[in-house]
Amino acid sequence: MSVVRVEDVHKSYGALEVLKGVSMQVERGEVVAIIGRSGSGKSTLLRCLNGLEPIQAGRIEVAGHTLDSSGKGLRDLRKDVGIVFQSYNLFPHLKVGENIMLAPRVVLGCSRAEARARAEQTLAQVGLAEKIEAWPDNLSGGQAQRVAIARSLAMQPKVMLFDEVTSALDPELTGEVLATLEGLAQAGMTMLLVTHEMAFARRVANRTVFMHQGLLHEEGPSEALFSAPQTPELRQFLAGGLK
Amino acid sequence: MIREFGTSELWFVVSSARWTLALTLIALALGGVLGFVIALLRVSRLAPLRWLAAGWIGLVQGVPVLMLLFLSYYGLSLAGLDLPPLVAAGISLSFYASGFLGEIWRGCIQSVPWQQWEASAALALSRAQQYRYVVLPQAVRIAVPPTVGFIVQLVKNTSIVSIIGVVELARAGHLVNNATFQPMRVFCVVALVYFCICWPISLAARWLERRMHVGRAG
Repeated sequence: MSVVRVEDVHKSYGALEVLKGVSMQVERGEVVAIIGRSGSGKSTLLRCLNGLEPIQAGRIEVAGHTLDSSGKGLRDLRKDVGIVFQSYNLFPHLKVGENIMLAPRVVLGCSRAEARARAEQTLAQVGLAEKIEAWPDNLSGGQAQRVAIARSLAMQPKVMLFDEVTSALDPELTGEVLATLEGLAQAGMTMLLVTHEMAFARRVANRTVFMHQGLLHEEGPSEALFSAPQTPELRQFLAGGLK
Repeated sequence: MIREFGTSELWFVVSSARWTLALTLIALALGGVLGFVIALLRVSRLAPLRWLAAGWIGLVQGVPVLMLLFLSYYGLSLAGLDLPPLVAAGISLSFYASGFLGEIWRGCIQSVPWQQWEASAALALSRAQQYRYVVLPQAVRIAVPPTVGFIVQLVKNTSIVSIIGVVELARAGHLVNNATFQPMRVFCVVALVYFCICWPISLAARWLERRMHVGRAG
């Protein structure tokens, strides 16, 4: 059963068309990596999936919620779709625990105890149980990103989106975040990742999608796609990307 | 007859500072509430509301406080609304404060990084919840220094209402000087009282700023 269904989505910034009719589906429990050059539309596609970017035409259905160009039903969709950004975007005025508890409390109406339990559980899941009383400013980049993941997980989403979550990190910190993502994948979370970590995509993602000039250019099971790319654009991208 | 600048004159000057303080507090309370609304309208998603707030800010900032004062005192009395000087003074200073605080706070709200809006929107917070729990708490920290700077200006600018006969600190000094002809003594006292009001405000602001940053390394 498809959890994510994207049908002929068009997205423009003014005269610049970034998505030129993208269609794709993601099954429950699937891990899909989206790769491509910067400007290929991969981050935009991801951001459209939880309505951070309005679309001009087409249809997006995520976890049973439908998004069209009207933008209705956005909040309901976002309760079920988490997104983690490159720049973590933790709330600097709240401690780690409060960062995680905020949305369950005010959006889902959880009690303080229930929200706290969710914070403890999701922090344990990302290996940072001891940081619940820490301030975001005192975390390393890798820790901050894992807290951001925990914050999304506390909403108990059906789908998780990851937008280049390791791109802002020093190389020695990417490992801990990727390990967290891999743990999530193994736990059966439906995930879409925009990433530059080709080795990670190849190993962890069931399927990889290559975007090129606003279109879904080539897709397939990750291992097959990386070992035998069919189109010259993907071959060129993979050759360049390994440098 | 020339009077001495004695204890009763000194007390008259010092005690009239209560009107300076009262006017400051009124302007801060009413102007603060109005200014907060103006700031929110100024960053509204609806263009007409933004224009309305921008118009208000432009008007208040573009017109001298003195004109606001004359308009609310003489202007309204022409219109049949005879306001006591103190009320007219309170209203005009409140309008003045609303225009400046509105603009200061707009800047503070907008200096909260847009990623904070995005992250909280992605967690399904409503616009009101984003303000309440994410944006305003951060804006308040940013707002402390410029707001206090404005309050100090406000204390000093209340002296303008002496023109319509409100006997606050500056007017009291003026009256005592007229009776004693000892401008150096009288106005040194007046200046000292202003200083004694403004200096602690600045100190409190610094303390508040430090307190708000406890636990935050950056």
